[in-house]
Formats: sequence, structure tokens, C-alpha cells
Amino acid sequence: MDYHFQWRPVLHSLPDMLWGALVTIEIAGLAMLLGTIFAVFLALGKRSGEKYLAWPADVWIETARNTPALFQIYMLYFGLGSVGLQFSSYAALLLGITFNNAGYLAETFRGGFSAVPETQTRAARSLGMGAAQTMWHIVIPQMLRAVFHAMTNQMVWSILMSSLGIIVGLTTDLTGVTQKLNVVTYRTFEYFFVAACLYYIISKTFTLSARIVAWRLFRY
Amino acid sequence: MIRIENVHKQFGALHVLNGVDLTVQKGEVLSMIGGSGSGKSTMLMCINGLEGIQQGRITVDGVEVHSKNTDLNKLRRRIGIVFQQWNAFPHLTVLENVTLAPRKVLGKSKEEAETIAIEQLSHVGLREKLSVFPSRLSGGQQQRMAIARALAMSPDYMLFDEVTSALDPQLVGEVLDTLRMLSKEGMTMIVVTHEMRFAREVSDRIAFFYKGQIHEIGKPHQLFDNPVKEETASFVRSVL
Ligand SMILES: Nc1ncnc2c1ncn2[C@@H]1O[C@H](COP(=O)(O)OP(=O)(O)O)[C@@H](O)[C@H]1O
Ligand SMILES: [Mg+2]
Repeated sequence: MDYHFQWRPVLHSLPDMLWGALVTIEIAGLAMLLGTIFAVFLALGKRSGEKYLAWPADVWIETARNTPALFQIYMLYFGLGSVGLQFSSYAALLLGITFNNAGYLAETFRGGFSAVPETQTRAARSLGMGAAQTMWHIVIPQMLRAVFHAMTNQMVWSILMSSLGIIVGLTTDLTGVTQKLNVVTYRTFEYFFVAACLYYIISKTFTLSARIVAWRLFRY
Repeated sequence: MIRIENVHKQFGALHVLNGVDLTVQKGEVLSMIGGSGSGKSTMLMCINGLEGIQQGRITVDGVEVHSKNTDLNKLRRRIGIVFQQWNAFPHLTVLENVTLAPRKVLGKSKEEAETIAIEQLSHVGLREKLSVFPSRLSGGQQQRMAIARALAMSPDYMLFDEVTSALDPQLVGEVLDTLRMLSKEGMTMIVVTHEMRFAREVSDRIAFFYKGQIHEIGKPHQLFDNPVKEETASFVRSVL
């Protein structure tokens, strides 16, 4: 049985797919931002040594890192849905990826904190700098260097994970839009090939920009 | 004037400072010598409040360091300290290392801070290294930068904790020269050091630390040539 490639329908719907790509970038970016914020608290919680902070942080981190992201998103959508807490597909996906990002980034940040020696804080404080100033001007910039690469990887992972929105019925992101077009045209290979290319371009563009930023920021 | 009265400091069960009494006058250069682990570094860190104390009192120009009402960030502006190593902020250039605190702590403008920094860096022979990152400096240059950074805050007191101990022998001289210069300019200094010849030359007085106390204190020739206590004599013999 032979299959005749037909690219014209794909080209026609390219604008729709590009809109979908924007939604993908939006979800991945937001999940990264939120994930980073949660991860800071998780990392601090685990560092604190307080049982009531460290234990929930541990459960979060372990679950996020050792169960499929697909289940994490599923749980948020159907699991919480069955106890009456109904999220939209968009929200479930966003929170699912956020949950996953936070778990991975928390471990990254824990490493980052130890990458800045205590002597740096001591040197800064002895110059009369306050705790917050020391954090902002001395600790965070050095920590950022230590975690930058891992954060870049997580962002790419976040972009790719967002394609899982399809399992909770999301139709607006790149995968969702592609699937919708596929269902009406049956040009499966062509649509998904173009979608894959778009994912590749988004990820690669991000990685390269991050490399340029790193090169500008970390000249030392 | 720095006045230390009956100071006790413990780390858990370990009694590190065991009733230290010491007064350092304005303009004086005091060297602290003593075996490793005798509490010298801890003593310096108590003076600028980086470490707390369990008993006694430390005052700097009448301000009690360990009082709850003391603004330590404010007090520390007047007390410069340079450690044995890892002083440099690696992510900042030499110039930024020195301008950071004057800008953020003293609220100076970038221009003002840079003028001060360049002056201090020239003073320690680093005028040519302003835009270099610390990783490109030798250990001796890093220590001189740390000294310039502390001096940029115009402190009244300078504390030095074995600033040459981590350096290759050929780099020790340039750092000691910087300290010599400061002492000639009348800076009040407490210098923890293992460089006995240097201590003898620049110090007004020398304090011998032993088991968390000042075991003996006196003028350099007294302490080195005619020590009263047996432990002092044996320490001096071991290092000369
Ligand atoms: N933060 C700390 N926690 C526990 N013990 C410490 C700490 N800092 C120093 N000590 C101990 O206190 C003693 C004195 O240390 P230190 O002041 O560094 O001596 P010195 O500078 O004379 O070599 C040592 O036994 C050291 O191990
Ligand atoms: Mg020491």
C-alpha cells in the first residue's frame, strides 16, 4: 500500500500550528517560572532540616522525579477531578509540568547552594553587607552559574512535556492543534513531521539563546 | 580603641576562648601568634561579630559588639578583615570587587566608588588589573585586592588573619609589604601571623595565644628575647 505525501494542506494550516506553538511556549515558560519558584522553597525546605518542611518537600521531589510525567498530569486532571476539584486541561497541564519541573529543579538548586562556599557569605557580611544584599549580590549570581545548564535542560524538557496536554484533551497547543488537523485530514505523517520540526526549532532556539546568555553572564 | 574583657567562646563542648582580656589602642599594631587551634581566628571573628560569645564583653570605640542593640552591619563598616584565603568574589572584576560594598553599604555613586577603588587598588599595586576577574590573579594579588577592598570602606581598624599562610613563598613578600605600608600610615591593626620576623618588625606589641587565653603579651623584643612563660619560650623556639 503506498502513501502519497501531500504537503499543501499542512502549509495551509501552518499559521494555526504556529499559534499552537505560541501556546506551547507559553505553557512551558510559565511552568518553568512557577516550577523555579516552588523549587526554591522545596530546596530550602529540605535544607532546613525541619521535619515538617523537609518531609513534604521530599515526597514532592521523589514523586516528581520517579513517576511518569503523564501520570502526574493525569492525576491533576482526573484524580483531583474525582474529588470535585476540576481543573481545565490547560491548568492541569500547566500545573503538572510545574510539579515535575519543581521536583527536578529543587535537586538542582540544592546542589547550587552548596556550590557557593560559606566563606563568600562571611567575606560579604564582614564588609557590612546585610543578609539580603549578600544573597542578591554574592550568593545568587554564583549559584546561577552552577545551575544554569541544568535549568536550560529542564526548560527543553518542559517544552517537550507540554505535548502531553493531548491526554487531558488540550487542543490549543502545538500537539493539540496538530491532532485536531490530523483527525479531519488524516495526513498524519505530514502534520506530525512538521510539528516535530517546530518542536525542534523551538527547543534549539532556546538552547542556543541560553548559551549566548551564559557566555555573556559567566565570563569569569 | 578595641577593648576585650573576659571573653569566653564555646563551640558545643569545646572551649575555644577561655577568658581573653586585651586592649588595642588607636594607631597600635598588635600581632597575635600561637599554635594552630589556639583560638586566634575565632578571636578576630568575635571582634566584628561574625561569631557570638558566651561570656564577657567586646567594645569597639565604646560600642558593644554583642549587644542586641548594636547594628552589626554598621559596626563592620569600621572594621576591615582579611582572611587566609577565598576572599575574592569570583564573579566580579577586581574593580567591582572593591566598589560593591562602598556602593551598596555606604550608598556611594558608581563614580565616587570607582574613584576610591582605583585609589586603593593603585595603593596596593593593582592599578593595571581593574577589569580582570580574580581567577586571573595570583594568590598574592588576590590578597592585596582583598586588602584594597577592605580599605575602600575607610575602616578605623584592620584585622588580618594569616593572610600569607596560603601563599607560595615568593608571593608572601608583596603582601607583607602592603601591611608594612599600612602600619607606617598609622592604621590600627591586629595581625594574626606566623611570620615572626615580620611581626617583630612592625608590631608595637605581640600577644601569644595559648589554650584560648592570652598567655603572654609584650613588646616584640620582650616576648621573643626574654619570654616570661615557659610555653611562650618553647613556642618561640619552635617557630624561629
Ligand atoms: N565553627 C566552628 N565550629 C566548631 N569548632 C570550631 C569552629 N571554628 C573553630 N573551631 C574550633 O575552635 C578551635 C580554634 O580554632 P581557630 O580559632 O581557628 O584557631 P586558630 O586560628 O588559632 O588556629 C579549633 O579547635 C577549631 O577546630
Ligand atoms: Mg586561624
